[in-house]
Amino acid sequence: MINENSEVILSVKDLTADVSDTQILKGLNLEIKAGEIHAIMGPNGSGKSTFSKLLAGHPAYTVTGGEVTFRGQNLLEMAPDDRAKSGVFLAFQYPLEIPGVSNLDFLRVSYNAKRKQEGLEELDSFDFDELVRTRLDLLKMDAAFLSRSVNEGFSGGEKKRNEILQMALLEPKLGILDEIDSGLDIDALKVVANGVNQLRTSDNAILMITHYQRLLDYIVPDFVHVMEGGRILTTGGKELAFELEARGYEWVREEEAAEVAR
Amino acid sequence: MTVEVSTSTDTTEPTLKARVDRSAYLAGLLKLRPELPEELAELQGVRDRALAIAQELAIPTTRDEEWRFTDLSSLVHIGFALPDRASISFAQIESFILPEAVNSRLVFVDGTYAPDLSATDDLPEGVLVTNLSVAVQFLPSLHNYLAKQQGAEEVFTALNTASLIDGAIVHVPKNQHVETPIQILFVSTAGVATIAHPRCLVIAESGSSLTLVEEFVSIADGGYFTNAVTEIAIAENAQVNHTRVQRESETAFHIGKTAVSQARDSRYSCSAISLGAKIARHNLEVYQTGEQTQTTLNGLTMINGEQVGDTHSKIAFTKPYGTSDQVQKCIVGDRAHAIFNGKVSVPQAAQLTNAAQLSRNLLLSPRARIDTKPQLEITADNVKCAHGATVSQLEDDEVFYLQSRGLNPEEARKLLTYAFAIEIINHIPVASLKANLTTIIRTQQL
Ligand SMILES: Nc1ncnc2c1ncn2[C@@H]1O[C@H](COP(=O)(O)OP(=O)(O)OP(=O)(O)O)[C@@H](O)[C@H]1O
Ligand SMILES: [Mg+2]
Repeated sequence: MINENSEVILSVKDLTADVSDTQILKGLNLEIKAGEIHAIMGPNGSGKSTFSKLLAGHPAYTVTGGEVTFRGQNLLEMAPDDRAKSGVFLAFQYPLEIPGVSNLDFLRVSYNAKRKQEGLEELDSFDFDELVRTRLDLLKMDAAFLSRSVNEGFSGGEKKRNEILQMALLEPKLGILDEIDSGLDIDALKVVANGVNQLRTSDNAILMITHYQRLLDYIVPDFVHVMEGGRILTTGGKELAFELEARGYEWVREEEAAEVAR
Repeated sequence: MTVEVSTSTDTTEPTLKARVDRSAYLAGLLKLRPELPEELAELQGVRDRALAIAQELAIPTTRDEEWRFTDLSSLVHIGFALPDRASISFAQIESFILPEAVNSRLVFVDGTYAPDLSATDDLPEGVLVTNLSVAVQFLPSLHNYLAKQQGAEEVFTALNTASLIDGAIVHVPKNQHVETPIQILFVSTAGVATIAHPRCLVIAESGSSLTLVEEFVSIADGGYFTNAVTEIAIAENAQVNHTRVQRESETAFHIGKTAVSQARDSRYSCSAISLGAKIARHNLEVYQTGEQTQTTLNGLTMINGEQVGDTHSKIAFTKPYGTSDQVQKCIVGDRAHAIFNGKVSVPQAAQLTNAAQLSRNLLLSPRARIDTKPQLEITADNVKCAHGATVSQLEDDEVFYLQSRGLNPEEARKLLTYAFAIEIINHIPVASLKANLTTIIRTQQL
């Protein structure tokens, strides 16, 4: 839902970044306002995950130029945990497994870290249990997942659901979903998309990365961006996704080249 | 009385530092041994035999293969004395008492039985949990077991036996199942430079079962020396579930021996947790003497600062169809140094043995060190012996994943370290102990 007067959640200007001395992001611009849903599509290796992890503060990426502002604050100066506690959430393309830490403990520790930041009292196990169950229902997840180790032995789809479960608890201002649809069957996709939709408010925003138009039927974007070579090549509405699905990325490159030539 | 430290200048040593004569030093420790109480007079022979063995030995140096990585130089410069008879109150040790073992516990203070701190009312008829001077009256078979385990000629074991004055004795008769865990608590009152020789003997008669918790703790910091020996004899088809927790003062020395013999069809499982001491060494030796015997060893060493934590284990198979399953984990921070040497011997007679050993290590700092070595001595041909060793660090990506969920880096590292350790803790069959150790490990300063 686009509203010109909404708060700017994320503003990225001319962002360039390296990983192990190779430039991956090459002048990226993006603005996301509260209430909006943005989708980034683009070929493999174009820098989508790099961008999302950089926003979350992954130490492997070095910003070499440009700026990133999150709700008026310089995001690049913030530690990853402070970003999380301020409302940036990344659902990872490849969520890690953490054998030995129960999902429930992990969720509680992470939820309470945010409560503490907000000056609220930590929830005890009992109250937290109740809260987490409502979120499980939202994602149609079995309570048995809570006692298992974080993501250990989860199927690809279960891992993705677990990411959204975390998001449902943390209620971020900016949810970045990196290929949340990859590996999901259609029923799971509907459940996950429905969960995401229910978390939407006019105060928060979603940035999702996907290769498939299919996801966008369920989480309908306001903007679709095409990323290639570490930049946003073009931006359109949700219809752009259909065009990409039908015609691939080549024509975007050609149009861009023609644009530059003109 | 204190030990005299005589020194000689050894010119072959690269450093010019005066080197302690280590057999003279041991002789000093032997001279220090307390008088045998009159009621134990019948054990004079046991002590004398051990003395004769020890008199031929010396405190090992790092030139000894078995002590390559654990340097006892800092020990042999200390003139130890016997502890004064300390009387401590129940309040001082209350936190160490397991609620599950509140009436099935023995407490030893600096190696000596403290009847007023012990309570054994909860045990079934016929089960003996007491100290040595009572046991010699009621347990004639004691003589068949005390100081009879293999490996008795090892220097620190001999030193302990030669210094024998007391000990914890557990005897479970045939087919008796003791549900209540039995706790043996060895408390050090941590006088500076005192030495104690805690001793424990556990006899599980055929078809019996028991759960044993041995803990080594201190109520104050000090540079004391605990030299402990525990013998466990498990008869046919009996089962012993053993948890050994070593959390001595971080300025103390701890050298401990656990020697176990297992008759056919018996099951022994051990969770050995080593957290304390400046220098800690655990010699864990299991001798399978019959067919189809099962041994499960889980170990966790978690040390930091300048601590040294050394585990030398040995599983000796002798008959067919034996199994062993061993997991040793070490978590090493700061400049600490963990050592694991896991010997498994499978002679020709021990066909169809199935032995697995895994050594997993987590280094938390670039200056931390781990030396891990499997030592498989296999001559039987039809056996399955698997072993593996890994040394890892906390992965940046793992820390980042947790950070991205709002945990600060330190919390993230703590949680990941805990996650690495908890598998071992989870094997402990006593809920309160498991919970205590979980808290210790969860909140450990890294
Ligand atoms: N840690 C790293 N070290 C070296 N190269 C890296 C690293 N991380 C990413 N890259 C490179 O950066 C480029 C962009 O990778 P990124 O994962 O951002 O692509 P993507 O758009 O998410 O691709 P996909 O659609 O396959 O997920 C790739 O060429 C990748 O190999
Ligand atoms: Mg990607």
